[in-house]
Amino acid sequence: MSDDNMRITLHVWRQKGPNDRGTLKTYKTEANPHMSFLEMLDVLNEQLLTQGEDPIAFDHDCREGICGMCSMVINGRPHGPRSATTTCQLHMRSFKDGDEIYIEPWQAKAFPIIKDLMVDRTAFDRVIASGGYISVGTGGAPDANAIQIGKKQSDEAFDYAACIGCGGCVAACPNASAMLFVGAKVAHLSKFPQGQVERKGRALNMVAAMDTEGFGACTNHGECAAACPKEIPLEAIMILNREYARAQISGSED
Amino acid sequence: MDLNARIPSGPISEKWDKHRFDLKLVNPANKRKFKVIVVGSGLAGASAAATLAELGYHIDCFCFQDSPRRAHSIAAQGGINAAKNYPNDGDSVYRLFYDTVKGGDYRAREANVYRLSQISNQIIDQCAAQGVPFAREYGGLLANRSFGGAQVSRTFYARGQTGQQLLLGAYSALERMIGAKRVTMHTRTEMLDLVLVNGHARGIVTRNLLTGKIESHSADAVVLATGGYGNVFYLSTNAMASNVTAAYRCYKRGAGFANPCFTQIHPTCIPVSGDYQSKLTLMSESLRNDGRVWVPKDKADCGKAPKDIPESARDYYLERKYPAFGNLVPRDVASRAAKEAVDSGRSVLGGSPAVYLDFQTAIERDGKAAIEDRYGNLFDMYERISGENPYGTPMRIYPAVHYTMGGLWVDYNLMSNVPGLHVLGEANFSDHGANRLGASALMQGLADGYFVIPYTIGNYLATAKQGSVNTDHPAFKEAEKAAEEKLKRLLSVGGDKSVDYFHRKLGVEIMWEHCGMARNKQGLEKALQMIPELRERFWKEIRVPGSSSELNLWLEKANRVADFLEFGEIMCTDALAREESAGGHFREEHQTPGGEAKRDDENFAYGAVWEYKGDNTAPALHKEHYTFEYVKLATRNYA
Repeated sequence: MSDDNMRITLHVWRQKGPNDRGTLKTYKTEANPHMSFLEMLDVLNEQLLTQGEDPIAFDHDCREGICGMCSMVINGRPHGPRSATTTCQLHMRSFKDGDEIYIEPWQAKAFPIIKDLMVDRTAFDRVIASGGYISVGTGGAPDANAIQIGKKQSDEAFDYAACIGCGGCVAACPNASAMLFVGAKVAHLSKFPQGQVERKGRALNMVAAMDTEGFGACTNHGECAAACPKEIPLEAIMILNREYARAQISGSED
Repeated sequence: MDLNARIPSGPISEKWDKHRFDLKLVNPANKRKFKVIVVGSGLAGASAAATLAELGYHIDCFCFQDSPRRAHSIAAQGGINAAKNYPNDGDSVYRLFYDTVKGGDYRAREANVYRLSQISNQIIDQCAAQGVPFAREYGGLLANRSFGGAQVSRTFYARGQTGQQLLLGAYSALERMIGAKRVTMHTRTEMLDLVLVNGHARGIVTRNLLTGKIESHSADAVVLATGGYGNVFYLSTNAMASNVTAAYRCYKRGAGFANPCFTQIHPTCIPVSGDYQSKLTLMSESLRNDGRVWVPKDKADCGKAPKDIPESARDYYLERKYPAFGNLVPRDVASRAAKEAVDSGRSVLGGSPAVYLDFQTAIERDGKAAIEDRYGNLFDMYERISGENPYGTPMRIYPAVHYTMGGLWVDYNLMSNVPGLHVLGEANFSDHGANRLGASALMQGLADGYFVIPYTIGNYLATAKQGSVNTDHPAFKEAEKAAEEKLKRLLSVGGDKSVDYFHRKLGVEIMWEHCGMARNKQGLEKALQMIPELRERFWKEIRVPGSSSELNLWLEKANRVADFLEFGEIMCTDALAREESAGGHFREEHQTPGGEAKRDDENFAYGAVWEYKGDNTAPALHKEHYTFEYVKLATRNYA
């Protein structure tokens, strides 16, 4: 891999506030292939700042691919071209000299734009608050080894629990559906014996909350799982549908 | 300054039980009359907010991220310790306690650490009941692995994402209480000041980061769980926005800051790759279960690819120097050994300083699939960042700032010297001494939040009898005005340098250089001269765009860096005053002939607690002398 700087043309969505009209603005910059994508934007922002221009606002925090705060649709794909990689872990070596890169925010009715590339994802928190938990207050839990769970079952639950709540699935979906996000939580908890008690109510309440927040319906495109940086399996949606149907048929009483 | 630690009397194993009985209770009907502010939503903050709400208190919880789930506890990889002794390998509450005090190089309070060890087991039970997907054996029971500084396997884990899974557990408990309207959550809201009324902590002043609005919130008590200050070094494994502001503003309101120089340098991080570097990424300590650390024996081999360096020409220096613990020595010891190897001119191929962490032996022994199962996500992360495949070539690693053991001083009840201000998790100083053992941060955060504060805050609320206060009180108006003026001042400088320019200079050129892995008198004195000079330049040359009445990421950052520029001075002052080496604090003047940290128990077996005495005035030193009744003070020996 060459260490030479690459010349990059960026087309970045700029929008002053939630109620303003946005537009794509073009910037020319240079980047080292070992830089992360966000470091490339840091350098550009530093330039904009010294030129007296308004720097580009974007969400980010841990820069380790785990907090779920970074977003950005890069060349049409949430989190960019590399599979199983968040924007913050994407490096410029995934691009080449002379590339043009389009950077846009998540676009979904349930995720209103705050500024530039930042969106409001608090809808996800409200969906979790509607039932994405096991109701055990602190204290009184039995010895951890009193609950035996097979390794395979536990590993499968983990695959769903790995969701970082970034919202890339919603951004990828033509319907802006949150089925993968909700399905991941429902699948995680329904695979555990601890999660059985509230299983039905959880599925019904979380689906209702998801609809209230304005997320779209699932029409089986599968874009969500393809875009997911944590590779949450599409089966999450199948499990959610099954749990929801099961709860509806037998009533919400657990 | 009142530094009564309020350690209960009696044998150490009975103190917590006795204390819980002695603490005053608030009856269930009265709990709803009390309001508690919790600042921060990481492991300590989220677990405290959820548990206090379950008990019936009304909670206002604050975080500066867009969701409480983003707090940086989420990035902890390796695991959480507990004295369950499931593997039947000789562990006990007493051994976890002993290992933790020893690992901290005998600079922590015995009674707190013992309680932490006792509670550790309840944490695992609580988290398993919440549905945290801990790693399991084929028989369905929980799995354990080893971590540095221990000869037993007591670490519970969830692949390499233990912090994430534990935090999501606490977050789900918190969201349940938010859904039940027993917690009011304030996201994208940053604490800018603590408000005292009648000498008691009665509220905070915040800035709504979306609108810029400065607001006051009053309460009957304040719980601070705002994490550590590692970002004073600019490059660290902390999240980009982690900062010292909340804790520092409490210090300026009279809370003692204890042992600020005790910072943890984690031995296994991905090395710096260039000037544009914005943060460093940790590779979990758990990798040292199977990875072997080495550099070439001969400087002349440093330019060679690792595959061209034969086994006989490699120096597995940790195994050589510390045969009993090998690659699993505590973090401070492993970091210093890496520095020593690099300083001896044996940094490995690839530009920036680094040593190898090699999995070849483990892959040959256990097979690639087994290693992938244990560390797959960590290997993938390494590959994404470095572009190299660690299954085929050793990882390049180097120490980086990771955790801060220092923090606001607290008593046994986790209350600071300011009545009503309680401090949990990394933000306090109490449990890890001069060096934290791996997998103990998650344990402490959750112990404080789930199992300590719910008891101790009741005692405060039942006895403080401070009456009601609202935000019309002049103390709130004064704090709001001060916060607003500071922001205005930052915006009005109108210079031509960015915040990052100053942050990088402070962190990389001053703090890392002079108050990093090794410190000496001359360097610290130089740093104490450089920091005020840099601070002065900051206030003349900084450029912050935009206004304070809108979303302004650059203003947020400038405000945090302004506090780091003051706080760095306290760290260096503390490091200079501590004329000994202990854990992560390595004073070059104080070392054994073998180059190990040399403590001075006679003169420095105390917590150094600094009191604010005014801007541009030296802080005053107070001491909490540690008494060791159960652990025998000894030179740490991991050989």
